[in-house]
Amino acid sequence: MNKIILIIKREYLSRVKKKSFIIMTLLAPLLMAAMLIIPFWMMSQGDDTEKDIAVVEEGTSLFTGVIPDTKTMRFHYLEDARMEELKTTFSDLGYYGVLYVSPKQALVPGSVEFWCKQQPPLEVTMHISNALEKEIERLKLETYNISNLDEILASVETSIQIQTFKVSDTGEVKKSNTGITMGIAYISGFLIYMFTFMFGAQVMRGVIEEKTSRIVEVIVSSVKPFQLMLGKIVGIALVGLTQFVSWVVLTGVIVSIAQSMFLPDNMMEQIQSGQSIMSAAPAAAQASSTIQMTEAQRFIESIYSVEWGLIILTFIAYFMGGYLLYASLFAIVGSAVDNETDTQQFMLPITIPMILGLFVMLNAFQNPNSSIAFWFSLIPFTSPIVMMARIPFGVPAWELGTSLLLLVMTFILTTWMAGKIYRTGILMYGKKVSYKELWKWLRYKN
Amino acid sequence: MDILKARNIVKQFSNHLALDKVSIHVPEGAIYGLLGPNGAGKTTLLRIINQITAPDEGEVEFKNRKLKADDVFDIGYLPEERGLYKKMTVGEQAMYLAQLKGMKRSEAVKKLRYWFEKFEIQPWWNKKVEELSKGMQQKLQFIVTILHEPSLLIFDEPFSGFDPINARILKQEIQELKKKGATIIFSTHDMGSVEELCNHITLINRSRTLLEGPIDKVREEYRTNRFEVIFEGSPNLLDFTLSSQYKIIENTPVNGTQRLLIEIVDGISTNEIISSLLTRGKIISFNEKLPSMNDIFIQVVEEENKKTDRKSN
Repeated sequence: MNKIILIIKREYLSRVKKKSFIIMTLLAPLLMAAMLIIPFWMMSQGDDTEKDIAVVEEGTSLFTGVIPDTKTMRFHYLEDARMEELKTTFSDLGYYGVLYVSPKQALVPGSVEFWCKQQPPLEVTMHISNALEKEIERLKLETYNISNLDEILASVETSIQIQTFKVSDTGEVKKSNTGITMGIAYISGFLIYMFTFMFGAQVMRGVIEEKTSRIVEVIVSSVKPFQLMLGKIVGIALVGLTQFVSWVVLTGVIVSIAQSMFLPDNMMEQIQSGQSIMSAAPAAAQASSTIQMTEAQRFIESIYSVEWGLIILTFIAYFMGGYLLYASLFAIVGSAVDNETDTQQFMLPITIPMILGLFVMLNAFQNPNSSIAFWFSLIPFTSPIVMMARIPFGVPAWELGTSLLLLVMTFILTTWMAGKIYRTGILMYGKKVSYKELWKWLRYKN
Repeated sequence: MDILKARNIVKQFSNHLALDKVSIHVPEGAIYGLLGPNGAGKTTLLRIINQITAPDEGEVEFKNRKLKADDVFDIGYLPEERGLYKKMTVGEQAMYLAQLKGMKRSEAVKKLRYWFEKFEIQPWWNKKVEELSKGMQQKLQFIVTILHEPSLLIFDEPFSGFDPINARILKQEIQELKKKGATIIFSTHDMGSVEELCNHITLINRSRTLLEGPIDKVREEYRTNRFEVIFEGSPNLLDFTLSSQYKIIENTPVNGTQRLLIEIVDGISTNEIISSLLTRGKIISFNEKLPSMNDIFIQVVEEENKKTDRKSN
């Protein structure tokens, strides 16, 4: 036991002390935090330069005064202006852009033109098209000669925002956001895939390194080959966990620092009070508070509503399970070859289930309860990747339990097999090994 | 007393039989040579003694009881395929390997300091192994093999790749270790070092033991009744008169004397030869010429191979 700890320590320290590990550990949280912060930041910031926009119609003045001014946009309706001239001179006249509407053809796509020096932001074009659409609709409706049209229109106008709620088995209600959930499902499924592959391959490289440097026989004269293999696998698992935990912690720290810097204080209070209201009296009370929320606030709120604890815990469980399973297979490959270029022939059985898992995951994070997602989240070779993509949507406890149990049983089996093949393989040099050979090694008595 | 006994060891690999009922008895305090051509099964036998692989049949006894897992702490093994972690520093590496052999940190530091000073590699403690020359790496490997002061030391081809100076240091250290009471087994092709160091040998060929015993006895067993005589006088006279007693195989003049290699006819004693020689000149030296281990090795292995090949044909 003592010896395994020595091996784990060496495997762990020799990797954690590497420059590449330290850089990865520090850099990735910055990227992740940026991924979380930037969309929100963009939403809250917007473009605040003032724009004067000229509106030109040909001959008519149907749309005069139709497009309302906003904080950043002012519309000037020019009569008798010649479009051909304006196209070249609008910038000199101090306009940000020229909107050209041809009333006769306003229904034909492309008959409304916007001339501008740069690509206009979505905000501008959306504002214009909304206003024009409304006006054209109104004009069309007017031709039906309905009396009290304005009142009718005002009374039927509605706006829908879907607010989703997740009800757990215990009756607890959580506000959820499909977009955010999908994003998290995708990221955690992909992370599992990446981690398993990255650290599994490290096990393989470690085994090959010991073989090519010829240290392995020196070591196995002191420890059992199985102990050496297990020590390496566990040591590298701890490296993976260290990386993951420091990513989570650092990302959390960076995000919260960024929040306190970019977010106005009252917004945070609103979100927090909104949450407390929600948990106290789910449906009615919050209705008023949510409707007033801006897009940005809602984004932040849904980030808070994600069950991070559950996701992080299951991530660690599935990373350990999936990693242990694949790491033992990687150890087999490492022990069977003399150098890394020879690994190709044995990599296929490892990469195929992993890539299959990745593909199913891409489907599962959109349809988390499809039968393909269900089955692949039970099969041990794909379950870590696929299940991680389902968890943010909520998975019944029995499925989670069965999937984890199967995973544990399988990795015990593969580790046992790997141990048998490994102890023969590490002492074989300069031999081209086939699958048949591996099968023989598996059945050697010792 | 035998410190190590291996009885009827059988080890079968998928395509060939690596060891076929091989037995060895290593007396305590001996330097034991394990000889044999390439592929004879020496390394497999050493791996079995080190519990790296298990035999299919037979058993190994260490200090009069069955070999057990903890015995690795009392055995030091320098394999033929030996290396070090290239990216680790010399000190870390030595400490790691020492601790794997069950040594405490403080003890390991103390002993390492002693050996590093002795071999003059102290300044390299914080250097990475890949910066070391091959000779230095070999010194380091030797140190970590013997550091825990085991009672049995096993060296597989210890001299391969050593330059003559390091090989000499290694030989001296092996003899030093023997004096301190350790038993040493080493396998080698270098017959010169066998004669120089070993007092017991086993010769393995094609998975089987051909010879075992104290080296002097083995050489006597294969004696060819050849003697080297340095003699002043006329060689022609010798050849002519005494051909019934011996045959002259070689005759080289050296500085006015004759150096003769003679083979004595069976039944004639050395005294008879000496007395007949005395009447014909002056004897400067008279030595029995025992066959070298090299000769015995080649002779025994070739005979055996012919025999088994004939059988299989």
